[in-house]
Amino acid sequence: MAKVSIGGTVVNACLQLLENPKAGEYILLHSGFAIERLSKKEADETLRLIKEIEDFQDEIH
Amino acid sequence: MKYIDEYRDKALTDKLISSIRSLSVKDIILMEVCGGHTMAIQKFGIPSLLPPNIRLVSGPGCPVCVTSRKFIDMAVVYCRMNNVIIATFGDLIRVPGSVSSLEKEKSMGADIRVVYSPLMALEIAKQNPGKKVIFLGIGFETTSPTSAVAILKAHNQGAKNLFLLSSHKVMPPAMAALIDEGVKINGYICPGHVSAITGTQIYESIVHTYHLGCVVAGFEPVDMLQTIQMLVKQYEQGEAKVEIQYRRVVKPEGNVKAQQAMEQVFCLRDDWWRGLGVIPQSGLMLRPEYSIHDAEVMIPVDVPEPVEPKGCICGEILKGLKTPKECKIFGTACTPSDPVGTCMVSSEGACQAYYKFNRS
Repeated sequence: MAKVSIGGTVVNACLQLLENPKAGEYILLHSGFAIERLSKKEADETLRLIKEIEDFQDEIH
Repeated sequence: MKYIDEYRDKALTDKLISSIRSLSVKDIILMEVCGGHTMAIQKFGIPSLLPPNIRLVSGPGCPVCVTSRKFIDMAVVYCRMNNVIIATFGDLIRVPGSVSSLEKEKSMGADIRVVYSPLMALEIAKQNPGKKVIFLGIGFETTSPTSAVAILKAHNQGAKNLFLLSSHKVMPPAMAALIDEGVKINGYICPGHVSAITGTQIYESIVHTYHLGCVVAGFEPVDMLQTIQMLVKQYEQGEAKVEIQYRRVVKPEGNVKAQQAMEQVFCLRDDWWRGLGVIPQSGLMLRPEYSIHDAEVMIPVDVPEPVEPKGCICGEILKGLKTPKECKIFGTACTPSDPVGTCMVSSEGACQAYYKFNRS
């Protein structure tokens, strides 16, 4: 079990469904379980791709 | 908050809207099959941002909404028994059954406890060894692994007084059944948290059998709009493939540990879905080796076949055939404070989403 913060509210989370959890990670919490971790790399990459595709379209126009 | 504000950025949403408008030529209907998406779409006013040729419809993605009235009726019978404690998620207690609801039974003294995790049900069982604790298991692949872990722990710890009444369901058979029934859509906005568990393999047969695009979506406005853009792009180019928009959470292979827990504890069975009826191999029941925790096996009850409430069109709403506003009792005889149908009860239901954010 771990303590996780949801916007400042601290609750217990079971880590049994997560591989190698580490303190400080962002997780997806569902029914009291950490069911996945949030990937900072992928989050930034998604935002970057949206910006990039649109810049390309701006250039065409 | 981290990765929430960034995905609500106005400049990015404006760019995506502009991109969708330039890409989209053909009429297109996209269906979301996740209650969280249903709520997000209405909360953020996504339909109002789209050109008129793009229509969003809700599907059977809200667990409370598709759960049978018989399940509630069984829970009501259980809660009236001596030495029984019902442990349930909060949404379920307000769902009307044929003769009562768990909320009414609780007000009359039944021992019904709202929990936010199946592990809380296990704790209640351990604290009350002389009582039978029945956990009402609803939900799709996101929630069923958590029930699986609770049952595994109960089994290993000898907590023989924890039982599961399972209405757990799996999503792909319902997505296929809708199309088989003739519902016309052009792509699926696929559930983000179900997919975090299952991965994307489960959508391959939808893509190949029905030539429908499937994009796994996150829950913020940028997520929803990028997903729509990806589906529009596929449709305009005549493509149908599985893509992940919600990459910061969903991996193609999913959560293998959670899949293993589900596989260890559950097996498939035919199950009833509101609006769709019985769909083969679409529900989850405990495997025989865990049947000592199966409420239906250990505490069998007989309840009559229920009748759906008059005037309620939840079944058609859950198939995307009608919107809540087309229901005659929407907002009048059926409101969140006094709901008739499950789609108004649930915080993930289409009727409640429309009532809160799109009533006018």
